[in-house]
Order: sequence, then C-alpha cells, then structure tokens
Amino acid sequence: MTISREDIEKVAVLARIRLDEEQIPALEKDLGNILSLVDQLTAADTDNVEPLAHPLDAVQRLRPDEVTESNQREAFQAIAPATENGLYLVPRVIE
Amino acid sequence: MHNKSVAELSRQLEGGKISSVELTREFLDRIKAEDSQYNSFITITEDQAMADAKAADEQRAAGNASPWTGVPFAHKDIFCTNGVTTTAGSKMLANFVPPYDATVAANFRTAGAVCLGKTNMDEFAMGSSNESSFYGPVTNPWGLSGSGKRVPGGSSGGSAAAVAARLVPAATATDTGGSIRQPAALCGITGLKPTYGRVSRYGMIAFASSLDQGGTMARTAEDNALMLNIMAGFDPKDSTSADRAVPDYTATLNEPLKGLRIGLPKEYFSDQLSPAMEEQVRNAVREYEKLGATVKEVSLPHANLAIAAYYVIAPAEASANLSRFDGVRYGYRCEDPQDLSDLYTRTRAEGFGSEVKRRILVGTYALSAGYFDAYYLKAQKVRRLIQQDFINAFKDVDVLMSPVSPSPAFVQGEKTSDPVTMYLEDIFTIAVNLAGVPAMSVPAGFVDGLPVGLQIIGNYFDEARLLNTAHQFQQVTDWHQKLPQ
Repeated sequence: MTISREDIEKVAVLARIRLDEEQIPALEKDLGNILSLVDQLTAADTDNVEPLAHPLDAVQRLRPDEVTESNQREAFQAIAPATENGLYLVPRVIE
Repeated sequence: MHNKSVAELSRQLEGGKISSVELTREFLDRIKAEDSQYNSFITITEDQAMADAKAADEQRAAGNASPWTGVPFAHKDIFCTNGVTTTAGSKMLANFVPPYDATVAANFRTAGAVCLGKTNMDEFAMGSSNESSFYGPVTNPWGLSGSGKRVPGGSSGGSAAAVAARLVPAATATDTGGSIRQPAALCGITGLKPTYGRVSRYGMIAFASSLDQGGTMARTAEDNALMLNIMAGFDPKDSTSADRAVPDYTATLNEPLKGLRIGLPKEYFSDQLSPAMEEQVRNAVREYEKLGATVKEVSLPHANLAIAAYYVIAPAEASANLSRFDGVRYGYRCEDPQDLSDLYTRTRAEGFGSEVKRRILVGTYALSAGYFDAYYLKAQKVRRLIQQDFINAFKDVDVLMSPVSPSPAFVQGEKTSDPVTMYLEDIFTIAVNLAGVPAMSVPAGFVDGLPVGLQIIGNYFDEARLLNTAHQFQQVTDWHQKLPQ
C-alpha cells in the first residue's frame, strides 16, 4: 500500500496540521508502512459480521434533564491563551 | 521503608511505627536523589505532598483512616489533577493546569493517599518505549550496567520505572493497547488493566475512547488489589462507565488455585517469541500446575489481525479526540497567528510530536470519504471476530496465560526509526483491549538479566480472579521481589 503526496497534503488539511515540504517524504514512507500493516484486514472474512463499536455493546445512558453543573467560566478561562470580557479571542474571522 | 509494599506501609502507619510525614519525606528525597538517572517524573509536587501527609497523620490520629491514608503514590501525567500541571507527555499541554480532578485522582484524594507527583509517559499515551515524550525518554532501572540504557516500555513508562526504582510504592497508569502490561513486564513489576469501563475515564486525557482504560501498577498483586479497591466503580461522569458492584479485591487473594483452568493461546507462543522468553513463561505455567491448576492449549484464531485492526481504530478515535487541541481554550498556542486557519494548523504542527501527528493523519485518512468502509468499518468487524475468540476461549478455561512482550527491554533508539517495528512490540497485548477484557502482567523470570512478564488474561469483570491468580503465584515465587542493582 502506498499513499500519495496529494493524499497526505489533503489529509493534513482535514486534520488542521501544517506540514513543511521536507516532512512529506518521510511521511510517505511511514504512513505507507502503517497502511501496509493495516491492509492485512482485507484478508479477513467479515461477511455477516456486525461492526463492534463498544466492547460491552453498551448503549448511551441518559440522565434526567436537570441542571447539575454550576457555571465555572472564570476557572475555565483562567487557563485560556487569550480572553476578553468572558469571550475566547481568536484572530479576526470576518473583515 | 522504600522497599516495602503498600500493604506493609499501610500496616506501619496503622501501627504508629512511622508517620506519613516521615514516609513522604523519605520517598521525596529518593526521587530528588535518584530520578535524574531515570527521568520518570515530569512534575514533583513536594509542598502539596508534605501538606497532604500532615493532614493524613492528623486523620489517622483522629481514628479516621482508610488503608491508603498517608501512603505515598504517583499519578501518570494523563490524569487531570486540580491545580497541578497535567501534560500527557506533550508540548501541547506544557502549561495546562486543570481546574478539576479526574475521578481517579479524586478517589485517591478521598482515600487520603499522598500524591508525590506526575509520571512521564509517551506523548498522549502513543508509544511503547516512552521515547515519544516531549519531556525526554525514561530509562529502565534494569540493565543500567549493560550495553546502553534500556527503555522502560510505554506508554506508562514513567510509572513503571518509578515503581521499579522504588521511588514510589505504587502508581496509576493507563492501557489502550498494552501501556500498563508491557512497561510493567519490562520493568519487573505487577500491573493490571481492568475490564473496559471498570475504572472511570473522566478526566483521563483521551487517546482512543473505546479502548482506553485506567489501571494499576505496584510491586505486588496485593497492592494492585488495594489500588483497584479505590479506583473501580460506576461514575455518572463517564458515559461508558460500567454500572456494576465492586467487590473487595483483597478478600479473595488467598483463595486456593486448585482446579483453576488455564488456557494457553497457541497464537501467542509463535515464532515471534524468543525461545528464552518462552521458557520463562512455560516455567511460570508449571508453577501453576504445582498449585493444582490444569492447563490446555486454546486458540484465538483472529489474533494475528489484532494489530491491523488496532492501527485503524485507535488512530481514528485519536484523530477525533485530539481535534480539541486548537489553541483556543487551553494549552499551547502558536505565536502571532495570522488568521484562524494559521492558528489551528501552526498550533497543532508545533504542539504535537511526530508520532502523534502520524497517528492523527492515519486516523483522518481512515475516516475520510471513500475510505471509511474499507478501513474503519472493516476494522470494527474484525474487532467483533477478535472479541468472539475470547468469548469462545472462556467457555472452556478461567484464565489465559501468555508472554506480555516478544522480548525483554530493548536499548533506547533501537526501534524509533520505523513506527511499524515499534507497533509490533504490542503483538500479545493489543487484542485484549479490542475485546475489552481485563489482563495483568506479573514478574515471571529473567532473560539476560532483564525482567520477563507473564500475561494473565481474564473474562469480563473477573479482576478478582486475576488478582487471586497473580497473588498465589507471588506466594511461591520471588520474581516480584527482585531489585534492580
């Protein structure tokens, strides 16, 4: 299994990770090796097998719709890189 | 004192032979004097520990103590600790001070245990050698006199090395594909990965949520039982927490093993296992026969597909979990972002190490349009087959036994050039996580002066039997008492 430079660039955009040009050849090799390992799966006969998402086949638990948490905005924002007036600051999105 | 088990230290404290302040001071002094050669701690919480020790002594004096009151231990740096930096071994979280406790951290706090600090680990628990940590590799206390420093295993390598070097009597750990059992084996200590859902994942920094499980590391099975007693249980804050009663895991440690049915999965005694390792594991199984156990060969026919399934499912879940690290709410943020896209992409490029990035990219690829069915869905189907293997095996036997790792601790740098070589380190441990069953690593001998672990795998929620099985072995062997020179 090989993965192309174009695939790696596309996946890096989806994953929001900036890649430098010089990182790509090593990634082609490493990701290609990992995908070759993973390709062993194609040999398995999985006809009529249900996918397993959770080892105990548990379903999502629901709780009563009651307010149980207090507002801790100040504690949470105290560790944020940049805030102002209770809002998280990011670079300007709309000019 | 530092060579004593948690159970022994607890009795010393109970009998007034020593105070928690004295004990905590002794272990802190050991960490300060010795950890420069292991790098097993990322953060040492000296002032908090001494204050907690004083409070524990007061609690004991007031006749209000649990077995853990005043006993020192450490947390893997993946468990959020209120007011104490929690890094997950990453630059991304170098400045992250959680405003809350993980449920596991709260459990130890409630029990009165004294946390000495946070232990080193592979970045976001992704690794089998502790070499992917942003805070530098950990050195195994075993094999220091040999040809090159050896890895402690990973990802819980800091916890394993700290316990093996007797810098703490016990440490928390997590296991997604072998991250408790493999380092426990390589460092010659005892570790337990419980059933998926047995220990709360709340506040445990997520890697692969359907596989991650918190667990225990100490020198003896009895100490693992003492840890699990306070860690296990239902937690409404974890949506996959198991709502089942928790037994007293120490109560059944002394049950006799006569009639115990042991299965040896033939796929785990393959040519990937060195003959010297196999001999140690087979010797351990013979000890069990002497204790009255019966042994038969069993088969896990899909075991050879476990690594492939894991390296789709774990990276896929990781790519989703780690999307939260965006430089906006907490953690690392790149300098001077030009726009929102630059903020995200540069923060993540600079904040994550290379193994974490590889796994995010593989996971994103496996989940992307056109590949989802071929990779992710296929891997989940294979996961069902692997689970069925275990269900079938446990119809005939009580526990499975196998090696933990294909070889003992390897030299630092030996397996870092090709990620796939490192992934094969977990060949005997990964299927357990896919199935969600519990498993232990128990010291069972040495090869070339390096510890060998025996893996004991149990049926769902059968931790009490695993601990009993390990404890009885430790009554007739002394591998767990051997100390690195």
